[in-house]
Amino acid sequence: MFLATIGYFCWYLIRKSEDTVDSSYNARLDTFSERVVRGEIRAKNGEVLARTVEDAQGNEIREYPYSNLFAHVVGYSDAGTTGLEASAGQYLLSTHLSLLNQVSNEVDEIKNPGDHVITTLNPYLQQLAYDALGEYNGACVILEPDTGRILAMVSKPDYNPNTIAADWESLISEENVNANLLNRATQGLYPPGSTFKLLTTLEYIRENSENWQDYRYECEGSMNYGDAVMSCYEGHVHGSLDLRLSLANSCNTSFATIGQTLNLDSFHNLCESFWFNRELPLPEGMEYRSSSFVLDNSSGLSERVQTAIGQGRTMISPMHNAMITASIANGGILMSPYLIERVESADGKVVKQFMPESAGKLLSVPEAETLTNFMVAVVNEGTSPSLRSDAYQVAGKTGSAEFNSNKEDSHAWFVGFAPAENPEIVVSILYENGGTGGSVATKGAKKIFEGYFSK
Amino acid sequence: MTNIGIQAAKYTMLVLIILYTLSTYHYLRMKTHRGRNVACGMQLFCMFALHLTGYLAIILYTNETSMVYFYLVQVLFFLLYLILFRVFYKKASRLLLNNTCMLLAVSFIMLTRLGPERAVRHFIITAVAAAVAMSVPVIVRRMRYLWRFGWIYAGVGIVALSAIFVFSTVTYGARLSFDIGNLFSLQPSEFVKITFVFFVASMFQTSISFRRVFVTTAVAALHVLILVASKDLGAALIYFIAYLLMLFVATRSYFYLFGGATAGSLASVLAYRVFSHVRVRVQVWRDPWMDAQGDGWQILQSLFAIGSGGFLGTGLYQGMPEKIPVVRSDFIFAGISEEFGGIFAIALLLICLSCLLQFLWISTWMDGMFYKIIAFGLAAVYGAQVFLNVGGVIKFIPSTGITLPFISHGGSSIMSTFIMFGIIQGLYILKQDEVDRIEQEEKLKQRRQTLYAQGYETSAEGFGKPGKRARRNPSGRRTDQNG
Repeated sequence: MFLATIGYFCWYLIRKSEDTVDSSYNARLDTFSERVVRGEIRAKNGEVLARTVEDAQGNEIREYPYSNLFAHVVGYSDAGTTGLEASAGQYLLSTHLSLLNQVSNEVDEIKNPGDHVITTLNPYLQQLAYDALGEYNGACVILEPDTGRILAMVSKPDYNPNTIAADWESLISEENVNANLLNRATQGLYPPGSTFKLLTTLEYIRENSENWQDYRYECEGSMNYGDAVMSCYEGHVHGSLDLRLSLANSCNTSFATIGQTLNLDSFHNLCESFWFNRELPLPEGMEYRSSSFVLDNSSGLSERVQTAIGQGRTMISPMHNAMITASIANGGILMSPYLIERVESADGKVVKQFMPESAGKLLSVPEAETLTNFMVAVVNEGTSPSLRSDAYQVAGKTGSAEFNSNKEDSHAWFVGFAPAENPEIVVSILYENGGTGGSVATKGAKKIFEGYFSK
Repeated sequence: MTNIGIQAAKYTMLVLIILYTLSTYHYLRMKTHRGRNVACGMQLFCMFALHLTGYLAIILYTNETSMVYFYLVQVLFFLLYLILFRVFYKKASRLLLNNTCMLLAVSFIMLTRLGPERAVRHFIITAVAAAVAMSVPVIVRRMRYLWRFGWIYAGVGIVALSAIFVFSTVTYGARLSFDIGNLFSLQPSEFVKITFVFFVASMFQTSISFRRVFVTTAVAALHVLILVASKDLGAALIYFIAYLLMLFVATRSYFYLFGGATAGSLASVLAYRVFSHVRVRVQVWRDPWMDAQGDGWQILQSLFAIGSGGFLGTGLYQGMPEKIPVVRSDFIFAGISEEFGGIFAIALLLICLSCLLQFLWISTWMDGMFYKIIAFGLAAVYGAQVFLNVGGVIKFIPSTGITLPFISHGGSSIMSTFIMFGIIQGLYILKQDEVDRIEQEEKLKQRRQTLYAQGYETSAEGFGKPGKRARRNPSGRRTDQNG
């Protein structure tokens, strides 16, 4: 029994303790800062996103040069810790300065500088995304599809991390219903709306791998199912459609029809393979909520139909939607999103380098190509003509997600990537209460693509 | 600068305790007196050096001269204790004696670091306890009729346990102790576990008939039930385990062992159903995160402490053991592990294990059933206590809320541990007496034969009066002392 105890003790120390210790309930993490000056958080090319400086009285202050811009992704450390300040806290508060320097600092009673965390973030894109959201509440995630690097992550409304301690009371007061502190990019769950039709399309292709090209649907602008009526956006009559044009025009009646034919267990499995109802492959310590997909063979007709067009009880975060889009852009392979490029000691030695990692192959290459073609059709022939450009080809999908019974109240989505033939960036953007149709979201996405390709 | 000193002290203490532990196990393997003396010398050197290093770090950090005096008084205590024990009891087990000092030294360092005022008080209680317990071996050695008082032990034990139930103060959901004036509180279950062992040993030493087993089990169960009613489940568990093992040693019956274990498991399930605080402890053990800021807080703080310390520890004053509730008594192991390091904590466990081995070894070595059961019962109590404490602290098993002998803060705990070790020393000395007597008689026999051969003695049988020497030993059976 003694030996078993010793064995368990060693096992805990070797295997488990690192995870356990890295908890915000562990007050010890704060005390590292008595020995070590919290390191800097930097953008990919070295711009400082957070640093510790001394004020006139010699007190340490955490300074965020970009104020609100990186609020959620970088987080804060003056009122508890969140964001990178929390998840990278261990790195920021350990020092890998050369031993000689450390000892000499000790002798001089100077605190050792902590390691710097260099992120994958790109301030230019962050600003584009920030401006694209404008006055709306919502979130935007920009990924690099072939590596998984998170280039930008914005959530609004935001807060100023420089004054978080002073603003704290008003931010958490009951009168403030905006939930400024919530990182909507990863913690906000929304109905995916029409962006979900990408997965409905994929399921249809998989179930009809021989003859999906033969799919035809005659759109009359509305249809009956059970006792209810389903209509297309603003009652548009799309006419004769194949699968590609159904997606390009985001034809609700066509997808509602498809939804009734699908094998729901197989659909359920497909969605779970795309990380619905599961823990997302996000970096350790990143706070997020899991998406949900509840359809199965016991679901009723109405729910089948609603789910097929992205309503129903399906919920997804902007980050997760970006990941699904990134897997299409990257030939079917999802690269796990990551935020920390490397950790460097204060004297510039690389302490830890993070490498891109595959989270799994979600689609075959032909499937990814087919969906990419369909998403190109969305821009060139379908709902998002404003994204057409001679300089680059966008592939995308708009969505408007109704969140209550009033058809006018809906969130606006856009997911997409460019250039379609060799994707460099994936954009997922959501406007809370952005209105119907794709217009707000498409305009926002256009600003980002324009900005990115004009640079 | 301070930090460098503290880090240096940390590594020094790690090396010293490893050396100490190695000498302890070296001692256990040694057969010759010379080899054992060397091992003991090494142990004492490591003990004093570790104690000095620890206090140097404390003095360096606190910059208080009072700590220097405190340290010197402790050294004086250790020296006096070691010398007096050796003077009074030449035949005592040096290994147990040294282990006692080592565990106390570690305890003093940690408690001083956690808060000097209470450490001073604890030190005074320890010194008094050590002085009082000094008389225990002689009692065990001289009073050969201790086995006659079976029912008195049971009576005292049950009255003391019931008394807490009536006039107790409630701590952490359990009735454990009563306050004597405002000075200190007494925790009877710590002492009753000794009378309990004596009671069981007395009962089984004369008979192991079914009737006797039944009656003894009933009285033992009464002890356990009173503890359960006072919600002192950790102690109840220790009594239960000790009883089961003693019963097994006395009867050698696997039927009793497994029957008892089954009954115990059923009783645990019942306790889980009936007592909400048992359920809470089990749930917290399974998933402390569920209520991280409530019931899971203590175990999580303990795990944070151990995890942050890692194998090498943070060094004295560099961790936050004071964040762990009840760190001085029940959770001191986590504090030690955090600041002294996981390796240090493992070495400490191995030292406890060497004490347990010594207890068990003495048990197999004793001839009389009474002494055999006592040694084994105390071994079971000690082993269970260390296991339940450390296992609880590291979340290997649900936490039961008991102290770590010789290391935890707490007067009752320290006193009862001293008495336990004193009893074991008494048994050890008894055995040594017997070994010496046998050796002496061997010598006499040889001399007698020599004399006879030389014609000085008329009869080989007439010398030495063997009839007078062959006392009834406490088992009641005559044994052949000339063996």
